[in-house]
Amino acid sequence: MRTAILSLVLLAGLLAAPVARADDKRVEDKPACDVPAYLLNSESTLAKVAAAVKGGKPLNVLVVGSRSSTITSQETSAYPARLLAMLKEKLGTVPVNLSVEIQSGKTAEEVAATLVKLVEAKSPTLVIWQTGTYDAIRGIDPDDFRSAVDEGVAALQKAGVDVVLVNLQYSPRTETMTSAPPYLDNMRVVAQQHDIPLFDRFAIMHHWNDSGDFDLFSATHGVELAKRVHDCLGRALSKFVIDAAHLDQTQQN
Amino acid sequence: MTSIADSIASTRRPESAAAAAPAAPAITLPAVGERELRLDLFRGLALWLIFLDHLPNNILAWLTIRNYGFSDATEIFIFISGYTAAFVYGRAMVNSGFVIASARILRRVWQIYVAHVFLFTIFLAEISYVATRFENPLYSEEMGIMDFLKQPDVAIVQALILRFRPVNLDVLPLYIVLMLFLPVILWLMKWRTDVTLVLSAGLYAATWYFDLYLSAYPNGVWFFNPFAWQLLFVFGAWCALGGARRMSRILSSNVTLWICIAYLAFGFCVAMIWNFPPQLGFLMPKWLERWMYPVSKTDLDVLRFAHFLALAAITVRVLPKDWAPLKSVWLRPLILCGQHSLEIFCLGVFLAFAGHFVLAEVAGGAAMHVVVSLVGILIMSAMAWVISWYKRSADKDAKKGIGNADMAGGSL
Repeated sequence: MRTAILSLVLLAGLLAAPVARADDKRVEDKPACDVPAYLLNSESTLAKVAAAVKGGKPLNVLVVGSRSSTITSQETSAYPARLLAMLKEKLGTVPVNLSVEIQSGKTAEEVAATLVKLVEAKSPTLVIWQTGTYDAIRGIDPDDFRSAVDEGVAALQKAGVDVVLVNLQYSPRTETMTSAPPYLDNMRVVAQQHDIPLFDRFAIMHHWNDSGDFDLFSATHGVELAKRVHDCLGRALSKFVIDAAHLDQTQQN
Repeated sequence: MTSIADSIASTRRPESAAAAAPAAPAITLPAVGERELRLDLFRGLALWLIFLDHLPNNILAWLTIRNYGFSDATEIFIFISGYTAAFVYGRAMVNSGFVIASARILRRVWQIYVAHVFLFTIFLAEISYVATRFENPLYSEEMGIMDFLKQPDVAIVQALILRFRPVNLDVLPLYIVLMLFLPVILWLMKWRTDVTLVLSAGLYAATWYFDLYLSAYPNGVWFFNPFAWQLLFVFGAWCALGGARRMSRILSSNVTLWICIAYLAFGFCVAMIWNFPPQLGFLMPKWLERWMYPVSKTDLDVLRFAHFLALAAITVRVLPKDWAPLKSVWLRPLILCGQHSLEIFCLGVFLAFAGHFVLAEVAGGAAMHVVVSLVGILIMSAMAWVISWYKRSADKDAKKGIGNADMAGGSL
């Protein structure tokens, strides 16, 4: 019976093989990686960022994240570095500084405890906090995760900085192994409650995978795909930040 | 007006009795009754929906009820499991006493446990395959999920004691724990049915108040908290043991109907706003958002429980137990799946793994998702039909006194 099931499943798979080849071809091209506008809209605003830029002060950004905020031994191609490049390009004369704080293998609770010290040390205008992945892998109680993110964001707001949350990556190959939805939902809830923008990395990458911009199922051993995805994420994030701070072209010049 | 209770009082019909006998020889409490096909139908539906939901980002998952309200297929599955378990083993408890009924329940628990371990083995095979083949620098962090493979000694033992339960393998451990306590539940119900339900609700409230949970490995908690989810199971048992009949007046009142419709409409709006935040997010008042979110699945949020009750109340009203299509050939696959729920549930989890594997290794895309989903449902139905056929013929043989499994070393 099992053999029969397997062969049926495989047969169904073979029928759709041409579709896969078509997808591969698109991936080889330079990625368009457009993001639909609704994924980059936020009702919440980044007032401190806006004030800094309009006041001609330097914009200091601090990215706090886990290993998915970097590419091993390719840090300059990871999305924080790409974000810096794009912000500099788009904001023209405004000086932009960016530092990255990677805390791999830490839960949101552990990272949240370090946030205030980090802010004191780096005095950023904007903290971009990427979290959730490690908690999802470890299966941390979603309620505990929510209170940790909640406390972290509250502490950051109290310290007087703007906050952007960045959620999990869309990782189709491990989707049957980790349960992302509770962590995604809770991050959304915290963002809504604190009225801060949430950069929906999960939905954006999901969109790229569905539209064929990237084949995120790919078992590639090379670093090229990661670099291209991070470049696109950095681009999208820069647009997201500029939109949320209402810094359109006319105001900058 | 009909309700679940009607079927309990109805008389047994010879042709359906034969089909009902193998799976549920004692489905006749408190009066003699025929097999309640609506329960089978909705349990089968729940199994299909669970399969569709387990297939990651499946387009057909938009057909499943979780996108249109608070509750989802898990509630249906647990409620009906409580209902049928009380029906079958409640009878045994009345007829044969506590010890015999408990022994039969424990045998069932053992079967579910073995099924769970079997599914865990398949999961292990899949994850090991991915761990050795898949190496994408983009996902170096996500691959951390495989870290437990570095300590298989600990992970496998933790899985055997149900503390380590990978995603999609949470329902059976919940079912195991609930069934393990079924003898106590039935014993209490034999004494005072309503008091048992009150106790169950009390435990549910205590879960929320004192934050009761079962810890899991390597950390975290059981995804389906048994302290909370027992309420649905016990409520199902309570309905089976006469509660449904006593509720039939409430169920048939128009006030109930309108409350249910209003609540389902509210759930629908909330779900739509949640599903399409950029377009509809502005419709949600902040105070309501703050009070309502997140709707906990782990602890069976009261919004979810109420949503299930509303769905069930409307269902028993709209679909009478003698609803003609129940006998039609079109609903046959669903009913058959519902009648062999343990086997089909396990097959569904396996097919979700296999389907994901095909989507990952061969081809993705919406069309492929639809194909994999339909093939999966087809396989589930075919398997249910085979099991049914086998049980029917095995029963015939047993009546004739041939093919006694005990002679070959005993049957399960």
